[in-house]
Amino acid sequence: MNKHLLSINDVSAEDIVRILDVAESFREVGTRVIKKVPALRGRTVVNLFYENSTRTRISFELAAKRLSADVINFTTSGTSVAKGESLKDTALTLQAMGADAIVIRHSSSGSPYTLTRWVRGSVLNAGDGTHEHPTQALLDLYTIREKLGRFEGLRVAICGDVLHSRVARSLSFALVKMGADVTLVGPPTLIPPDAPAWGVHVSFDIDEVLPKIDVCYLLRVQRERQRQQYVPSVREYARLFGLTRERVGLLPEGALIMHPGPMNRGVEIDSDVADLPQAVMEEQVTNGIAIRMSLLYLLLGGGSEGAVADG
Amino acid sequence: MGSVRLLDGAEIRRAVTRIAHEILERNKGAQSLVLVGIAARGDDLARRLAEEIERIEGARVPVGALDITFYRDDIGMRAEAPEVHETRIDFDINGKTVVLVDDVLFSGRTIRAAMDALVDFGRPAAIQLAVLVDRGHRELPIRADFVGKNAPTRKDEDVRVALIETDGEDAVYVEERP
Amino acid sequence: MAERTAFIGARVVDPASGRDEVANVLVEGGAVAAVGPDASLRGASLVDCHGLVLAPGLVDLHAHLREPGREDAETVETASRAAAAGGFTAVAAMANTDPVADTPAVVEEVRSLASRAALCDVFPVGAITKGLAGEEMAAIGEMAAIGVRLFSDDGRCVPTARVLRNALQYAKAFDAVIAEHCEDPSLAEGGQMHEGIHSYTLGLTGKPAESEEIVVFRDLALARLTGGRLHLQHLSAGGSVELLRRARAAGVRVTAEVTPHHLVFVDEDLVTYDTNFKVNPPLRTPEDREALRAALADGTIDAVATDHAPHAVEDKEAEFDQAPPGTIGLETALAAVLTHLVEPGLIPLPRAIEALSTAPARILGASGHGGPIEPGRPANLVVFDPRAEWVVEPPFVSRSRNSAFLGKSLRGKVIHTVLRGEPVVGDGKPRR
Repeated sequence: MNKHLLSINDVSAEDIVRILDVAESFREVGTRVIKKVPALRGRTVVNLFYENSTRTRISFELAAKRLSADVINFTTSGTSVAKGESLKDTALTLQAMGADAIVIRHSSSGSPYTLTRWVRGSVLNAGDGTHEHPTQALLDLYTIREKLGRFEGLRVAICGDVLHSRVARSLSFALVKMGADVTLVGPPTLIPPDAPAWGVHVSFDIDEVLPKIDVCYLLRVQRERQRQQYVPSVREYARLFGLTRERVGLLPEGALIMHPGPMNRGVEIDSDVADLPQAVMEEQVTNGIAIRMSLLYLLLGGGSEGAVADG
Repeated sequence: MGSVRLLDGAEIRRAVTRIAHEILERNKGAQSLVLVGIAARGDDLARRLAEEIERIEGARVPVGALDITFYRDDIGMRAEAPEVHETRIDFDINGKTVVLVDDVLFSGRTIRAAMDALVDFGRPAAIQLAVLVDRGHRELPIRADFVGKNAPTRKDEDVRVALIETDGEDAVYVEERP
Repeated sequence: MAERTAFIGARVVDPASGRDEVANVLVEGGAVAAVGPDASLRGASLVDCHGLVLAPGLVDLHAHLREPGREDAETVETASRAAAAGGFTAVAAMANTDPVADTPAVVEEVRSLASRAALCDVFPVGAITKGLAGEEMAAIGEMAAIGVRLFSDDGRCVPTARVLRNALQYAKAFDAVIAEHCEDPSLAEGGQMHEGIHSYTLGLTGKPAESEEIVVFRDLALARLTGGRLHLQHLSAGGSVELLRRARAAGVRVTAEVTPHHLVFVDEDLVTYDTNFKVNPPLRTPEDREALRAALADGTIDAVATDHAPHAVEDKEAEFDQAPPGTIGLETALAAVLTHLVEPGLIPLPRAIEALSTAPARILGASGHGGPIEPGRPANLVVFDPRAEWVVEPPFVSRSRNSAFLGKSLRGKVIHTVLRGEPVVGDGKPRR
């Protein structure tokens, strides 16, 4: 394992399997009377959130607490315009406080990389701009493995605004690495023209793709992008690319429906589709805690030369 | 590197049988008894003990596996996060007599961690400890209730337990540390 | 230095006279007194230059001196010292200061700062439009009247064809050069790097090569229409080079420059989000870089210009999308060209000197710079060791340290810079 988790591209296929396996153990911990282990007692984990994301922050917070780490939440909802303390000064402060790990969510792509220049602890990317969201990809992989038992040859469609989606990037890179067959689906303005260089297929027709997949992964439509006129309207998007009740009928039996949340019901996914048994959004959330425990444990559980024998 | 065999297959079998008898003796039967083996080899020994108990007593006792990795006290003293094994205790331990089973008792730190882990699953009536080999050099006030073999060793030696389930043979070796 | 100084035994490379031979150069009273293998050295103090190259002082068509306005990042004095340390004897100072150099008053202020403290000649560039706003023409005629030759809104593109057309046409009266930062603002909006596989993977908004090429095409068309004198700044895309090549063949009055960083680095260098590689126009693909190198070699691109863009540490050490674009370049330009173009044999040394000195001096109208190194000419010279290896690292002579070459090893080190006979850099160190 690397010291940091910045991009899924830095994680080998072997390490992905290890992260998922250790997460399996933490799923078991989650079933105990006392859902907490002392594995990271005395360690400090900082959640540095420059973007509002209650879901991801709570998931990381719970993961760190279940490992008995001390958790500090450092949330600034300030936009880049209302600039306060610089990232560098914040980093140096956290460094001085002895943070062993910093979980960073930021609206600027690459901020976790920038952060590593000023801190000694591990940096975990909890979503940076339109770059990556590696922990989301790992929890999605965990969920897929749990439900379908394999990655090799698995056909996965990732549908929506791939161009601006950090989830789509991390998930595509991870799935391709694990041998899955990935198709990006969406309007041409929202799919990077060079995407085939990532080892994925591209389609602009969701109806043509749905009958041939094992997983339909829907991305959140970001309404704030509408200003830039990538699609004529959200309504047109929903009609052409939304997973409607009728379109679910095109999916093979046993195919999963996934979404990173929060969902826009009625836009990328019909409201009653989200509640179907093959839609596994709740499992994704539960698995998120175990995956983040696994990552914190693997990144912080070592960190010293010379192992000590035990008996 | 010197290696001396401490126990062979037959001796291990006899030790397991004797411990099974002692457990039943001490607890006056198999009632409210559960076995929890500490991963990895304690797990296999616990299953063997359960088979012996069933042979002697005709009663099947629940067997669980416990991984103590998350309870170790050497955080920050290791280069890599240690390997994690499966924990599987799919029965209620509240009010039960739990016999912890491990292959080798040494510093006592693993047993300390195992007891910490165990209480996160519930509140047993009592916890007892069974080990195949007690090699001394305790660092904590812990002793075994049932011992297969007491073996005085030097601190710089290793005691290696091989079991058919994982290693293809039954034997215990005392080895010079490389 | 004594009245008479002789630089002896250097390889004298002087594209303006075509000279490329081992010779002695005698300097007296601020001017070249004699050149040649047998030039008389009587009464002169001798400077041993065996194994070194002596060339006309370098000329930079494109530097941001930041004064007035951002003296925390750079001043006319510190930039001129950095320039001298890099072998430059003349530098064109871009107009995007605060206030903008769009009137004779600001031009005079920069000049007076330079005359007090500078270790090189500073040629202020005038803005094309008032406040760089792209709408009303700046005082081009008044600035030309006090000697400004180059006009540029650099940092921004003149957004409408009509405004640029008028500027090109109007500037003809003064034989002035309109220098353009070619970038379509709507296509490049929000762009952080070259648009391509790396921008998609890094999740950074891209600027396609077409955002430059579209404007290059427009500007070349307007230069043809008006007969005005156009200069294309810091070209970055292979497509722009093709358009330029065709326009030159058709007789359009156009010149062009390329920066050392566009000749050396590519978009893939941004994979660690190092803001020192964030420049404008962005670093593009290896194919673009090859096209730029070829165009410099065959003369389609006339000059190498640094686009020296100092930024305060706290501005550059920020999130990638919040950091301003630009790299400093005065202290590394010569070594970058020697290491990455001359040494691998892509261009001969005389062509490199022509691109770094003779051609930019001609475009800038900096008579007295760029050679020829002949008796009676001002002694603006550089002497460098083409083989000396060094690692680019702070401290810099510049007040800023945002160099794309940071940590890189380069070959070629300036030993002496001579400004009108005065040794402003000696043994590699600025004299004051």
